[in-house]
Amino acid sequence: MNVQTAASAPQAKLNPNGAGAAAVLAAGIGSLALAVFAIAGDKAATFKTLMNFYKPTGPLSGVTTCAIIVWLAMWGMLHWRWSQRNVEVGRVTTAAFTLLFLSLLLTFPPIADLL
Amino acid sequence: MEITVRGLWTMIHGMGFGALYLMACSGALVELYRRYRSPLGPEIKIEDEKFMRIYLTAMAVLAWLTVLTGAYIIYPWYRAVPPPGTVNLASFPQRLLMASPSTSAWHSIGMEWKEHVAWLVPISITMAAAVFSQYRRSLRIHPELRAAVLGFVWISLLAAGIAGFFGAMLNKNAPVKGGPAITIVQGELK
Repeated sequence: MNVQTAASAPQAKLNPNGAGAAAVLAAGIGSLALAVFAIAGDKAATFKTLMNFYKPTGPLSGVTTCAIIVWLAMWGMLHWRWSQRNVEVGRVTTAAFTLLFLSLLLTFPPIADLL
Repeated sequence: MEITVRGLWTMIHGMGFGALYLMACSGALVELYRRYRSPLGPEIKIEDEKFMRIYLTAMAVLAWLTVLTGAYIIYPWYRAVPPPGTVNLASFPQRLLMASPSTSAWHSIGMEWKEHVAWLVPISITMAAAVFSQYRRSLRIHPELRAAVLGFVWISLLAAGIAGFFGAMLNKNAPVKGGPAITIVQGELK
């Protein structure tokens, strides 16, 4: 065991990575939720009407508000479950980056129009 | 020299909050990479750590101010519907862009992407600020968390860059203007 691992292990136990992993994964989920709501608002007239929370801004107001609610709800739930323990943060961050990358692609109109 | 109220808000949104966020990103990336990359690196002073926490929190505030002013103050002016029979579309930027095939893609691709991708910025940077505030120097012993924070700040820079680029181009092709004029400097006739 090298010095880095020997020094890190007890500290990591005192400050588990679960809370951080929860924040990271929730950000990925929130980002994807934004893209999914945006596409749904574009494709389904009923959903578009439902998302019209603030008329001057139009469906964008509902799409972004709902995505933020999903993000914060997921963050709260994952934090509640993981904050006191260590999780496999490598897998969590891979999943979060995949979701974030997908949301970047799916918000790009020519790609969203293919769906 | 005058500016309209709508022009002023657009400037506050883009050149104030948005551009400041883009500039702040590079500082955050350098600091997060340089100071927190190794548990064996030089000791991090408490005041430096506090500064970084405030810096990331300020970035999150800037990101939220940018998207909120964009979506709830400027966007309604951008997407305003002209009364039937309106010939001069200068006060209706979305309709002005869509009226010509040479500019319509600035709306259908540029604005449609910008209005959504920009929201990835506050989500990403709020997460980064929260994780940093929770772990501070112990990010050094959580390299994967540190990498995730760095990665999300990079993506926020990319998303803010996309939104900023299209914002600037949209405003160049169909500026959001109108409302009362504010005189900055009274010029002279020559």
